[in-house]
Amino acid sequence: MKNRREFLKDAAVGAVLMSAQSKLGLAATTAAKSKVVVARDAALHDASGVLDGKRVQALLDRAIATYTGHDKAVAAWKSIVPVGKVIGLKVNGLGGKGIHTHYELIMAVCERLQEAGVKPSEIIIWDRDAHHLQSCGLTISTDPGKIRVIGNDVAGYEEEGVAFGSAVNVKLAKILSRECAMVINLPILKDHELAGVTFSMKNMYGVVQKPYELHAAGCNPAVADLNCIPTVRQKVRFTIGDAMSSVYDGGPGFHPERLWQPNALIVGEDRVAVDHTAWQMIERKRAEVGMPTLEAANRPPRYIVTAADNAHGLGTNDPQRIHLLEV
Amino acid sequence: MNFKSKWYLAAVAIAMLVSVVCTGCKKKNADVFPASGAVAGWEKTSDTRTFAAKDLWQYIDGDAEQYISAGVVSTSTSDYKYQGQLEATVDVYTMKDEAGARTILEKGQSKDAQAQQLGDAGVAYAQSVIFRKGPALVRITAYEAAPNAQAAMLGLAHGVEAKL
Repeated sequence: MKNRREFLKDAAVGAVLMSAQSKLGLAATTAAKSKVVVARDAALHDASGVLDGKRVQALLDRAIATYTGHDKAVAAWKSIVPVGKVIGLKVNGLGGKGIHTHYELIMAVCERLQEAGVKPSEIIIWDRDAHHLQSCGLTISTDPGKIRVIGNDVAGYEEEGVAFGSAVNVKLAKILSRECAMVINLPILKDHELAGVTFSMKNMYGVVQKPYELHAAGCNPAVADLNCIPTVRQKVRFTIGDAMSSVYDGGPGFHPERLWQPNALIVGEDRVAVDHTAWQMIERKRAEVGMPTLEAANRPPRYIVTAADNAHGLGTNDPQRIHLLEV
Repeated sequence: MNFKSKWYLAAVAIAMLVSVVCTGCKKKNADVFPASGAVAGWEKTSDTRTFAAKDLWQYIDGDAEQYISAGVVSTSTSDYKYQGQLEATVDVYTMKDEAGARTILEKGQSKDAQAQQLGDAGVAYAQSVIFRKGPALVRITAYEAAPNAQAAMLGLAHGVEAKL
Protein backbone atom coordinates (compact mmCIF):
# COMPACT_ATOMS: atom_id res chain seq x y z
CA MET A 1 0.00 0.00 0.00
CA LYS A 2 1.23 3.47 -0.81
CA ASN A 3 2.07 5.78 2.06
CA ARG A 4 0.74 9.34 2.16
CA ARG A 5 3.92 10.78 0.76
CA GLU A 6 3.88 8.42 -2.20
CA PHE A 7 0.22 9.07 -2.78
CA LEU A 8 0.69 12.84 -2.80
CA LYS A 9 3.69 12.47 -5.09
CA ASP A 10 1.72 10.40 -7.56
CA ALA A 11 -1.24 12.77 -7.31
CA ALA A 12 1.01 15.73 -8.06
CA VAL A 13 2.48 13.93 -11.05
CA GLY A 14 -1.00 13.04 -12.21
CA ALA A 15 -2.22 16.63 -11.94
CA VAL A 16 0.64 17.92 -14.03
CA LEU A 17 0.04 15.19 -16.56
CA MET A 18 -3.66 15.71 -16.79
CA SER A 19 -2.80 19.21 -17.86
CA ALA A 20 -0.26 17.90 -20.37
CA GLN A 21 -2.66 15.26 -21.60
CA SER A 22 -5.45 17.68 -22.24
CA LYS A 23 -3.00 19.78 -24.19
CA LEU A 24 -2.08 16.77 -26.27
CA GLY A 25 -5.65 16.12 -27.19
CA LEU A 26 -4.53 13.19 -29.30
CA ALA A 27 -6.18 10.40 -27.33
CA ALA A 28 -4.42 7.78 -29.43
CA THR A 29 -4.58 5.14 -26.72
CA THR A 30 -8.24 5.66 -25.88
CA ALA A 31 -9.42 5.48 -29.44
CA ALA A 32 -10.35 2.17 -31.00
CA LYS A 33 -7.01 2.07 -32.73
CA SER A 34 -3.57 3.31 -31.76
CA LYS A 35 -2.11 5.61 -34.33
CA VAL A 36 1.47 5.02 -35.44
CA VAL A 37 3.12 7.03 -38.19
CA VAL A 38 6.10 5.70 -40.13
CA ALA A 39 7.59 8.50 -42.18
CA ARG A 40 10.30 7.69 -44.70
CA ASP A 41 12.70 9.53 -46.95
CA ALA A 42 14.94 7.35 -49.08
CA ALA A 43 17.23 10.32 -49.79
CA LEU A 44 17.88 11.07 -46.12
CA HIS A 45 21.51 9.99 -46.41
CA ASP A 46 23.76 11.15 -49.22
CA ALA A 47 25.95 8.79 -51.23
CA SER A 48 28.66 8.83 -48.58
CA GLY A 49 26.16 8.05 -45.83
CA VAL A 50 25.98 11.53 -44.34
CA LEU A 51 22.60 12.56 -42.99
CA ASP A 52 20.97 15.64 -44.49
CA GLY A 53 19.76 17.83 -41.62
CA LYS A 54 17.23 19.72 -43.73
CA ARG A 55 15.65 16.51 -44.93
CA VAL A 56 15.49 15.26 -41.34
CA GLN A 57 13.60 18.41 -40.36
CA ALA A 58 11.23 17.94 -43.28
CA LEU A 59 10.72 14.29 -42.41
CA LEU A 60 9.95 15.19 -38.81
CA ASP A 61 7.45 17.81 -39.95
CA ARG A 62 5.75 15.29 -42.22
CA ALA A 63 5.56 12.70 -39.45
CA ILE A 64 4.15 15.13 -36.90
CA ALA A 65 1.71 16.70 -39.35
CA THR A 66 0.39 13.26 -40.24
CA TYR A 67 0.11 12.26 -36.62
CA THR A 68 -1.61 15.40 -35.37
CA GLY A 69 -3.59 16.34 -38.45
CA HIS A 70 -2.11 19.84 -38.38
CA ASP A 71 -0.32 20.95 -41.53
CA LYS A 72 1.46 23.82 -39.83
CA ALA A 73 4.37 22.68 -37.69
CA VAL A 74 3.75 25.23 -34.93
CA ALA A 75 0.11 24.23 -34.55
CA ALA A 76 1.07 20.58 -34.61
CA TRP A 77 3.65 20.97 -31.88
CA LYS A 78 1.35 23.13 -29.81
CA SER A 79 -1.08 20.23 -29.80
CA ILE A 80 1.61 17.97 -28.39
CA VAL A 81 3.47 19.88 -25.70
CA PRO A 82 2.16 21.73 -22.65
CA VAL A 83 2.96 25.42 -22.25
CA GLY A 84 5.31 26.58 -19.52
CA LYS A 85 6.40 23.10 -18.52
CA VAL A 86 9.78 21.44 -18.73
CA ILE A 87 10.04 19.01 -21.63
CA GLY A 88 12.62 16.24 -21.50
CA LEU A 89 14.09 14.63 -24.58
CA LYS A 90 15.34 11.16 -23.67
CA VAL A 91 17.90 10.25 -26.28
CA ASN A 92 20.00 7.10 -26.61
CA GLY A 93 23.76 7.13 -27.02
CA LEU A 94 24.49 3.75 -25.49
CA GLY A 95 25.73 2.24 -28.74
CA GLY A 96 28.45 4.88 -29.02
CA LYS A 97 29.34 7.07 -31.96
CA GLY A 98 28.19 4.53 -34.53
CA ILE A 99 24.57 4.04 -33.53
CA HIS A 100 22.73 6.65 -31.48
CA THR A 101 19.81 9.05 -31.65
CA HIS A 102 20.87 11.37 -34.45
CA TYR A 103 21.96 14.88 -33.55
CA GLU A 104 20.02 16.24 -36.53
CA LEU A 105 16.77 14.82 -35.17
CA ILE A 106 17.40 16.10 -31.65
CA MET A 107 18.08 19.58 -33.01
CA ALA A 108 15.02 19.45 -35.27
CA VAL A 109 12.80 18.63 -32.29
CA CYS A 110 14.37 21.40 -30.22
CA GLU A 111 13.75 23.91 -33.00
CA ARG A 112 10.09 22.99 -33.35
CA LEU A 113 9.56 22.98 -29.59
CA GLN A 114 10.89 26.51 -29.38
CA GLU A 115 8.74 27.65 -32.29
CA ALA A 116 5.78 26.23 -30.39
CA GLY A 117 6.61 28.45 -27.42
CA VAL A 118 8.77 26.22 -25.26
CA LYS A 119 11.61 28.28 -23.85
CA PRO A 120 15.17 26.95 -24.18
CA SER A 121 15.34 26.81 -20.40
CA GLU A 122 12.37 24.44 -20.48
CA ILE A 123 14.11 21.83 -22.61
CA ILE A 124 16.36 19.13 -21.17
CA ILE A 125 18.15 16.67 -23.43
CA TRP A 126 19.29 13.77 -21.38
CA ASP A 127 20.64 10.25 -21.20
CA ARG A 128 22.47 8.15 -18.66
CA ASP A 129 25.83 9.87 -18.77
CA ALA A 130 28.03 12.38 -20.50
CA HIS A 131 29.66 9.79 -22.76
CA HIS A 132 26.30 8.71 -24.14
CA LEU A 133 25.28 12.29 -24.80
CA GLN A 134 28.59 13.08 -26.45
CA SER A 135 28.16 9.99 -28.62
CA CYS A 136 25.07 11.72 -30.01
CA GLY A 137 27.25 14.68 -30.94
CA LEU A 138 25.94 16.79 -28.08
CA THR A 139 27.92 19.11 -25.84
CA ILE A 140 27.16 19.02 -22.14
CA SER A 141 25.42 22.19 -20.99
CA THR A 142 24.19 22.90 -17.49
CA ASP A 143 23.38 26.58 -18.03
CA PRO A 144 19.80 26.92 -16.67
CA GLY A 145 19.04 29.72 -19.14
CA LYS A 146 19.72 27.56 -22.19
CA ILE A 147 18.75 24.13 -23.46
CA ARG A 148 20.30 21.80 -20.92
CA VAL A 149 22.22 18.74 -22.02
CA ILE A 150 22.88 16.71 -18.95
CA GLY A 151 23.34 13.11 -17.89
CA ASN A 152 22.03 11.21 -14.93
CA ASP A 153 25.65 10.92 -13.82
CA VAL A 154 25.49 14.62 -12.93
CA ALA A 155 21.79 15.12 -12.09
CA GLY A 156 21.59 11.98 -9.97
CA TYR A 157 18.96 9.43 -9.00
CA GLU A 158 16.26 9.35 -6.37
CA GLU A 159 17.37 7.74 -3.13
CA GLU A 160 14.00 6.12 -2.59
CA GLY A 161 13.17 3.24 -4.87
CA VAL A 162 9.85 2.65 -6.64
CA ALA A 163 8.45 -0.62 -7.92
CA PHE A 164 6.08 -2.38 -10.26
CA GLY A 165 6.07 -6.16 -10.60
CA SER A 166 9.55 -7.46 -11.21
CA ALA A 167 11.03 -3.96 -11.32
CA VAL A 168 11.74 -3.48 -7.65
CA ASN A 169 13.64 -0.77 -5.80
CA VAL A 170 14.03 1.16 -9.02
CA LYS A 171 15.78 4.44 -8.46
CA LEU A 172 14.64 6.87 -11.09
CA ALA A 173 16.67 9.65 -12.64
CA LYS A 174 15.89 12.96 -10.95
CA ILE A 175 15.64 14.59 -14.36
CA LEU A 176 12.59 12.43 -14.96
CA SER A 177 11.10 12.46 -11.47
CA ARG A 178 11.73 16.10 -10.54
CA GLU A 179 12.46 18.21 -13.60
CA CYS A 180 10.32 17.07 -16.51
CA ALA A 181 6.56 17.50 -16.80
CA MET A 182 6.57 15.56 -20.04
CA VAL A 183 9.14 13.46 -21.82
CA ILE A 184 9.44 12.95 -25.55
CA ASN A 185 11.15 9.65 -26.08
CA LEU A 186 13.80 9.69 -28.82
CA PRO A 187 15.12 6.12 -28.99
CA ILE A 188 17.24 4.61 -31.73
CA LEU A 189 16.07 1.35 -33.31
CA LYS A 190 18.39 -1.59 -32.65
CA ASP A 191 18.53 -5.32 -32.39
CA HIS A 192 19.22 -6.30 -28.78
CA GLU A 193 21.24 -9.28 -27.62
CA LEU A 194 18.99 -9.87 -24.60
CA ALA A 195 15.64 -8.23 -25.29
CA GLY A 196 15.43 -8.90 -29.03
CA VAL A 197 14.67 -5.32 -29.97
CA THR A 198 15.32 -2.03 -28.24
CA PHE A 199 13.28 1.03 -29.08
CA SER A 200 10.64 3.01 -27.18
CA MET A 201 10.00 1.04 -23.99
CA LYS A 202 13.50 -0.35 -23.65
CA ASN A 203 14.93 3.17 -23.85
CA MET A 204 13.59 3.67 -20.33
CA TYR A 205 16.48 1.57 -19.05
CA GLY A 206 18.40 4.79 -19.33
CA VAL A 207 16.28 6.46 -16.65
CA VAL A 208 17.13 4.01 -13.87
CA GLN A 209 20.25 3.70 -11.79
CA LYS A 210 20.87 -0.03 -12.22
CA PRO A 211 19.50 -1.20 -15.56
CA TYR A 212 21.49 -4.44 -15.38
CA GLU A 213 19.16 -5.57 -12.60
CA LEU A 214 16.34 -5.65 -15.17
CA HIS A 215 18.00 -8.02 -17.66
CA ALA A 216 16.66 -11.40 -16.55
CA ALA A 217 14.66 -13.58 -18.95
CA GLY A 218 15.19 -11.39 -21.99
CA CYS A 219 14.18 -8.28 -20.04
CA ASN A 220 10.69 -9.71 -19.75
CA PRO A 221 8.60 -8.67 -17.90
CA ALA A 222 11.03 -6.02 -16.64
CA VAL A 223 10.68 -3.66 -19.63
CA ALA A 224 6.89 -3.70 -19.32
CA ASP A 225 7.04 -3.40 -15.54
CA LEU A 226 9.42 -0.45 -15.69
CA ASN A 227 7.13 1.37 -18.09
CA CYS A 228 4.24 0.80 -15.68
CA ILE A 229 5.92 2.71 -12.88
CA PRO A 230 3.61 5.74 -12.62
CA THR A 231 6.24 8.40 -13.23
CA VAL A 232 7.47 6.61 -16.36
CA ARG A 233 4.03 5.69 -17.63
CA GLN A 234 2.57 9.13 -17.18
CA LYS A 235 5.41 11.44 -18.08
CA VAL A 236 6.87 9.61 -21.07
CA ARG A 237 3.97 10.21 -23.38
CA PHE A 238 5.23 10.55 -26.89
CA THR A 239 7.79 8.69 -28.99
CA ILE A 240 9.62 10.08 -31.96
CA GLY A 241 11.60 6.98 -32.76
CA ASP A 242 14.79 7.27 -34.77
CA ALA A 243 14.91 4.53 -37.38
CA MET A 244 17.04 6.51 -39.77
CA SER A 245 19.91 4.10 -39.09
CA SER A 246 19.74 0.80 -37.28
CA VAL A 247 21.55 -2.44 -36.53
CA TYR A 248 19.57 -5.57 -37.37
CA ASP A 249 21.82 -7.94 -35.44
CA GLY A 250 24.53 -7.82 -32.78
CA GLY A 251 22.98 -4.89 -30.91
CA PRO A 252 22.79 -2.94 -28.77
CA GLY A 253 26.43 -2.20 -29.55
CA PHE A 254 27.58 -0.85 -32.89
CA HIS A 255 28.47 -3.45 -35.48
CA PRO A 256 28.95 -1.64 -38.78
CA GLU A 257 28.66 -4.89 -40.71
CA ARG A 258 25.04 -5.10 -39.51
CA LEU A 259 24.20 -1.45 -40.02
CA TRP A 260 21.38 -0.46 -42.32
CA GLN A 261 19.45 2.66 -43.08
CA PRO A 262 15.67 2.33 -42.90
CA ASN A 263 15.57 6.14 -43.33
CA ALA A 264 12.46 6.35 -41.16
CA LEU A 265 10.91 7.97 -38.12
CA ILE A 266 8.32 6.03 -36.11
CA VAL A 267 5.97 8.28 -34.19
CA GLY A 268 3.21 7.58 -31.73
CA GLU A 269 1.83 7.79 -28.22
CA ASP A 270 1.16 4.08 -27.81
CA ARG A 271 4.60 2.80 -26.88
CA VAL A 272 3.58 -0.83 -27.40
CA ALA A 273 2.24 -0.17 -30.89
CA VAL A 274 5.37 1.81 -31.72
CA ASP A 275 7.63 -1.01 -30.50
CA HIS A 276 5.60 -3.63 -32.32
CA THR A 277 5.92 -1.65 -35.55
CA ALA A 278 9.67 -1.22 -35.04
CA TRP A 279 10.13 -4.92 -34.30
CA GLN A 280 8.45 -5.83 -37.61
CA MET A 281 10.82 -3.47 -39.39
CA ILE A 282 13.82 -5.34 -37.95
CA GLU A 283 12.28 -8.72 -38.80
CA ARG A 284 11.76 -7.65 -42.41
CA LYS A 285 15.40 -6.62 -42.68
CA ARG A 286 16.62 -9.87 -41.10
CA ALA A 287 14.52 -11.85 -43.57
CA GLU A 288 15.89 -9.77 -46.45
CA VAL A 289 19.49 -10.65 -45.54
CA GLY A 290 18.63 -14.28 -44.83
CA MET A 291 18.87 -14.16 -41.06
CA PRO A 292 16.57 -16.15 -38.77
CA THR A 293 13.67 -14.43 -37.06
CA LEU A 294 14.23 -13.26 -33.52
CA GLU A 295 11.91 -16.05 -32.43
CA ALA A 296 14.17 -18.58 -34.18
CA ALA A 297 17.19 -16.87 -32.63
CA ASN A 298 15.52 -17.51 -29.27
CA ARG A 299 15.18 -13.87 -28.36
CA PRO A 300 11.86 -12.50 -29.53
CA PRO A 301 10.92 -9.26 -27.73
CA ARG A 302 8.43 -10.94 -25.41
CA TYR A 303 8.15 -7.80 -23.33
CA ILE A 304 6.04 -6.25 -26.11
CA VAL A 305 3.38 -8.91 -25.62
CA THR A 306 3.63 -8.51 -21.85
CA ALA A 307 3.24 -4.75 -22.09
CA ALA A 308 -0.02 -5.24 -23.97
CA ASP A 309 -1.55 -7.68 -21.49
CA ASN A 310 -4.28 -6.74 -19.06
CA ALA A 311 -1.90 -6.53 -16.12
CA HIS A 312 0.11 -3.82 -17.84
CA GLY A 313 -2.25 -2.20 -20.30
CA LEU A 314 0.43 -0.02 -21.83
CA GLY A 315 -0.97 -0.23 -25.34
CA THR A 316 -1.67 -2.69 -28.09
CA ASN A 317 0.46 -5.08 -30.11
CA ASP A 318 -2.53 -6.24 -32.13
CA PRO A 319 -2.02 -5.19 -35.77
CA GLN A 320 -5.80 -4.95 -36.15
CA ARG A 321 -5.83 -2.26 -33.49
CA ILE A 322 -2.89 -0.31 -34.81
CA HIS A 323 -3.73 2.43 -37.28
CA LEU A 324 -0.48 2.44 -39.22
CA LEU A 325 0.08 5.44 -41.44
CA GLU A 326 3.07 5.19 -43.76
CA VAL A 327 4.05 8.45 -45.39
CA MET B 1 65.37 2.96 15.69
CA ASN B 2 62.75 1.62 18.06
CA PHE B 3 60.35 -1.29 17.48
CA LYS B 4 57.40 1.00 16.48
CA SER B 5 59.48 2.85 13.93
CA LYS B 6 60.61 -0.38 12.33
CA TRP B 7 57.04 -1.54 11.95
CA TYR B 8 56.09 1.87 10.55
CA LEU B 9 58.88 1.73 7.96
CA ALA B 10 57.94 -1.83 7.05
CA ALA B 11 54.30 -0.78 6.53
CA VAL B 12 55.35 2.16 4.35
CA ALA B 13 57.60 -0.11 2.29
CA ILE B 14 54.78 -2.62 1.75
CA ALA B 15 52.37 0.17 0.79
CA MET B 16 54.90 1.51 -1.73
CA LEU B 17 55.41 -1.95 -3.17
CA VAL B 18 51.67 -2.49 -3.55
CA SER B 19 51.36 0.93 -5.15
CA VAL B 20 54.15 0.17 -7.65
CA VAL B 21 52.63 -3.21 -8.50
CA CYS B 22 49.15 -1.72 -9.01
CA THR B 23 50.50 1.15 -11.07
CA GLY B 24 52.35 -1.41 -13.16
CA CYS B 25 49.09 -3.26 -13.80
CA LYS B 26 47.38 -0.11 -14.96
CA LYS B 27 50.26 0.90 -17.16
CA LYS B 28 50.39 -2.52 -18.75
CA ASN B 29 46.69 -2.25 -19.55
CA ALA B 30 46.98 1.27 -20.93
CA ASP B 31 50.11 0.40 -22.89
CA VAL B 32 48.13 -1.94 -25.10
CA PHE B 33 46.91 1.16 -26.90
CA PRO B 34 49.42 2.63 -29.33
CA ALA B 35 50.30 6.24 -28.66
CA SER B 36 49.66 8.92 -31.27
CA GLY B 37 51.99 8.47 -34.19
CA ALA B 38 53.12 4.99 -33.12
CA VAL B 39 51.13 3.58 -36.01
CA ALA B 40 51.39 5.67 -39.18
CA GLY B 41 48.47 8.04 -39.57
CA TRP B 42 46.76 7.18 -36.28
CA GLU B 43 46.25 9.61 -33.44
CA LYS B 44 44.94 8.54 -30.04
CA THR B 45 42.15 11.01 -29.31
CA SER B 46 40.87 10.02 -25.88
CA ASP B 47 42.04 8.76 -22.55
CA THR B 48 41.74 5.05 -22.07
CA ARG B 49 38.73 4.01 -20.02
CA THR B 50 38.81 0.68 -18.23
CA PHE B 51 35.82 -1.23 -16.87
CA ALA B 52 35.95 -4.22 -14.55
CA ALA B 53 33.54 -7.02 -15.47
CA LYS B 54 31.00 -5.90 -12.87
CA ASP B 55 30.99 -2.37 -14.32
CA LEU B 56 30.95 -3.30 -17.98
CA TRP B 57 27.25 -2.42 -18.23
CA GLN B 58 28.28 1.21 -17.80
CA TYR B 59 30.09 0.99 -21.11
CA ILE B 60 27.60 -1.12 -23.01
CA ASP B 61 24.52 -2.14 -21.07
CA GLY B 62 22.83 -5.11 -22.67
CA ASP B 63 25.97 -6.27 -24.49
CA ALA B 64 27.93 -6.83 -21.30
CA GLU B 65 26.30 -10.17 -20.46
CA GLN B 66 27.76 -12.07 -23.41
CA TYR B 67 31.25 -10.97 -22.43
CA ILE B 68 30.66 -11.79 -18.77
CA SER B 69 29.40 -15.24 -19.75
CA ALA B 70 32.58 -15.72 -21.75
CA GLY B 71 34.69 -14.75 -18.74
CA VAL B 72 35.66 -11.13 -19.30
CA VAL B 73 37.93 -9.77 -16.59
CA SER B 74 38.19 -6.18 -17.78
CA THR B 75 37.57 -4.03 -20.83
CA SER B 76 39.58 -1.04 -21.95
CA THR B 77 38.59 1.36 -24.68
CA SER B 78 40.10 4.32 -26.45
CA ASP B 79 39.24 6.48 -29.42
CA TYR B 80 41.48 7.08 -32.42
CA LYS B 81 41.50 9.16 -35.55
CA TYR B 82 43.18 8.31 -38.84
CA GLN B 83 44.75 11.13 -40.84
CA GLY B 84 42.58 13.59 -38.95
CA GLN B 85 39.37 12.22 -40.46
CA LEU B 86 38.40 8.61 -39.92
CA GLU B 87 37.22 8.06 -36.35
CA ALA B 88 37.54 4.66 -34.74
CA THR B 89 37.34 3.00 -31.35
CA VAL B 90 39.61 0.27 -30.06
CA ASP B 91 38.12 -2.07 -27.45
CA VAL B 92 40.35 -4.57 -25.69
CA TYR B 93 38.51 -7.28 -23.76
CA THR B 94 40.78 -9.20 -21.41
CA MET B 95 39.16 -12.55 -20.85
CA LYS B 96 39.89 -15.15 -18.18
CA ASP B 97 41.34 -17.46 -20.80
CA GLU B 98 41.80 -17.98 -24.53
CA ALA B 99 38.56 -19.95 -24.81
CA GLY B 100 36.55 -16.88 -23.80
CA ALA B 101 38.19 -14.77 -26.50
CA ARG B 102 37.53 -17.51 -29.06
CA THR B 103 33.87 -17.74 -28.04
CA ILE B 104 33.25 -14.04 -28.66
CA LEU B 105 35.21 -13.94 -31.91
CA GLU B 106 33.41 -16.92 -33.41
CA LYS B 107 29.97 -15.92 -32.17
CA GLY B 108 29.99 -12.56 -33.83
CA GLN B 109 31.16 -13.59 -37.30
CA SER B 110 28.99 -13.12 -40.34
CA LYS B 111 29.40 -14.50 -43.86
CA ASP B 112 31.28 -11.49 -45.18
CA ALA B 113 34.09 -11.82 -42.63
CA GLN B 114 37.53 -11.88 -44.25
CA ALA B 115 40.12 -13.98 -42.37
CA GLN B 116 43.27 -12.06 -41.42
CA GLN B 117 46.73 -12.94 -40.14
CA LEU B 118 46.29 -11.25 -36.81
CA GLY B 119 47.11 -12.66 -33.38
CA ASP B 120 45.83 -16.20 -32.94
CA ALA B 121 42.89 -15.54 -35.28
CA GLY B 122 41.25 -12.50 -36.77
CA VAL B 123 38.70 -11.22 -39.24
CA ALA B 124 38.05 -7.95 -41.01
CA TYR B 125 35.00 -6.26 -42.43
CA ALA B 126 34.77 -3.00 -44.34
CA GLN B 127 34.49 -0.99 -41.10
CA SER B 128 35.76 -3.28 -38.37
CA VAL B 129 38.59 -5.60 -37.45
CA ILE B 130 38.35 -8.21 -34.70
CA PHE B 131 41.08 -10.53 -33.49
CA ARG B 132 42.14 -12.52 -30.49
CA LYS B 133 45.54 -13.17 -29.00
CA GLY B 134 45.76 -15.34 -25.92
CA PRO B 135 43.04 -14.19 -23.55
CA ALA B 136 42.66 -10.81 -25.29
CA LEU B 137 39.91 -10.00 -27.76
CA VAL B 138 40.39 -6.78 -29.71
CA ARG B 139 37.70 -5.00 -31.70
CA ILE B 140 38.47 -1.96 -33.84
CA THR B 141 35.44 -0.16 -35.23
CA ALA B 142 35.42 2.72 -37.70
CA TYR B 143 32.47 5.09 -37.76
CA GLU B 144 32.27 5.74 -41.43
CA ALA B 145 32.79 3.86 -44.62
CA ALA B 146 35.95 4.94 -46.39
CA PRO B 147 37.93 3.24 -49.15
CA ASN B 148 41.05 3.07 -46.99
CA ALA B 149 39.29 2.22 -43.71
CA GLN B 150 40.03 -1.48 -43.62
CA ALA B 151 43.70 -1.12 -44.51
CA ALA B 152 44.09 1.64 -41.93
CA MET B 153 42.39 -0.43 -39.22
CA LEU B 154 44.55 -3.44 -40.02
CA GLY B 155 47.59 -1.25 -39.49
CA LEU B 156 46.28 -0.17 -36.11
CA ALA B 157 45.37 -3.76 -35.26
CA HIS B 158 48.94 -4.87 -35.87
CA GLY B 159 50.05 -2.01 -33.62
CA VAL B 160 47.81 -3.27 -30.82
CA GLU B 161 48.81 -6.89 -31.43
CA ALA B 162 52.46 -6.02 -30.98
CA LYS B 163 51.70 -4.64 -27.54
CA LEU B 164 49.67 -7.60 -26.30
